Amino acid sequence: METTKLRDAAWVVLAGVILMFVAPLVLNFYTLTLLVIYGLLALSLGLIWGFGGILCFGQAAFYGLGAYAYAVSAANIGESTAPMLIAIAVPFVFAFLLGAMMFYGRLTDVYMGVITLVVTLIFFRFMNTTAGPEYQIGTARLGGYNGMPGYQTLNVPGDPSAYIYDSSLYYVSFVILLIVYVLVRLLLASPFGRIAVAIRENENRVELMGYDARFRKSVLFAIGGGIAGLAGALYASWAEIVTPGLFSLGQSAEIIIWCIVGGLGTLVGPVLGAAVLGYLKFALGQQTAVDNVLIMGLILVVVVLVLPRGVVPSLMTAFGSSSRRNRPNAVRRGRRGRGRADG
Amino acid sequence: MADVVLETRGLTMRFGGVTAVDNVSFKLRRKELRCLIGPNGAGKTTFFRCLTGILKPTSGEVFIDDVETTGWDPQFVARMGVGIKTQVPSVMDGLSVRENIWLSAYRLTGTKEADRTAAEVIERLGLGEIARATVGRLAHGERQRVELGIVMAARPWLVLLDEPAAGMTGEEVERMVAIIHEINRDAALIIVEHDMQFIRSIAAQITVFSQGAVLMEDNVEAVMSDSRVRDVYLGKRG
Repeated sequence: METTKLRDAAWVVLAGVILMFVAPLVLNFYTLTLLVIYGLLALSLGLIWGFGGILCFGQAAFYGLGAYAYAVSAANIGESTAPMLIAIAVPFVFAFLLGAMMFYGRLTDVYMGVITLVVTLIFFRFMNTTAGPEYQIGTARLGGYNGMPGYQTLNVPGDPSAYIYDSSLYYVSFVILLIVYVLVRLLLASPFGRIAVAIRENENRVELMGYDARFRKSVLFAIGGGIAGLAGALYASWAEIVTPGLFSLGQSAEIIIWCIVGGLGTLVGPVLGAAVLGYLKFALGQQTAVDNVLIMGLILVVVVLVLPRGVVPSLMTAFGSSSRRNRPNAVRRGRRGRGRADG
Repeated sequence: MADVVLETRGLTMRFGGVTAVDNVSFKLRRKELRCLIGPNGAGKTTFFRCLTGILKPTSGEVFIDDVETTGWDPQFVARMGVGIKTQVPSVMDGLSVRENIWLSAYRLTGTKEADRTAAEVIERLGLGEIARATVGRLAHGERQRVELGIVMAARPWLVLLDEPAAGMTGEEVERMVAIIHEINRDAALIIVEHDMQFIRSIAAQITVFSQGAVLMEDNVEAVMSDSRVRDVYLGKRG
């Protein structure tokens, strides 16, 4: 069963490569790069929520943390290779600690949501207050609400003067997205991934089998944090400025909407959801006739009502694909509820 | 391994003002097959949950294989080699039958051996036809069997089953009895049950619970003919 999934993944990568070369014919590199970064960010939540059953309202915290970690270290180091790694490591470690605190504390869905949300808000508030000169890490000033510009952006490893930007940043980001996709697929096909899904399905049973569900959830949460951090670092390189807005509520909510619309329990769904909705937001932002937020809200409501499992899983069912096993949480609960009533 | 594989000393569990389990001292020998019976609310399941670590007892001690496990989390109790089946079927609904069983075997043995163990358990439980089916879609009795498969795949030496025959048809119960005897070849069992037919057919030693305490311990015939047991339990059936 898992081998078919990996074969599917090869097709996804092939389609991704084609898309990578076709998309620039339609849109400019600047916009496309951001959409790819959004895709990577959505993938991180798609992994921990769709497969680990961990609903995190604060994925933006890891995204922003990655962006800031990159900006601060790049400003100090002046070369981008180490900062990219730091931008993955810092959110990874932070997510692991936060996750461990929540999972070992046996917090359930709602409280987990509250905590992750609050952590994001704390970052948002705190970063907004760092305008003063005392908030300086090495040579990098955090800059408060004005944000942090002027750091070294992505360069060819070892050569700080060879910047990767515009079209090359797009291709690099896209290739990173594809690599991360493949790695996540492999992770999910491994016993660790299968146990993670088992925990989503029934945490008590997994513990009765003798596995340490709390530790495993913490690790999965940390991996999600690391991927979000990587997306943040790419964003920092693309925008050439990081601001506290990265930690905003709107950003957090958007990631969740991408996942819901694209479809939980798949990896392609959240990525496509992010790219399409990200583009839509961009396109709607260029006109003033209808309010942007209104349209986004409408799309979410329509999708939740008409395609409660999200667009991609619904399409997969429509085309008779095999991936019914990884359905999203909400639907599964509903079904289980009915099952109990029958029994 | 010690001769007494599971022991409780003065185990007590209170919920607020209610004493669900009251000062129970209990012993289980190696490869013994023991049933816990008693009317609703007698404290069987609460006692069971204290053994498995799902509940932390108010006072008293639990020893498994001479190691004190009082208040341990279920995952650590399970790692002692204890297989646990809870009252409501606890399975991974979104995964296939095979995967449910495979994951249980995998923890101890690694990939290759788990493949073998899973195939063997599926064969023994007659789950071959539905091995690829998603567990959430199966009937109640099949789900019960899948959970037993999960328990068996970990090759436990002590098995705790909470109402394994609940909601099963006559034929399924017969099959369950055979499975239990098979498990009993290698492992000691504690079975919480109130289906008397089922208990008769597995012919085990019986511990009768009443109002949180142990009323008596004996074999099936002695328990069935005991007047006190009739009063608290069987008497209700006339």
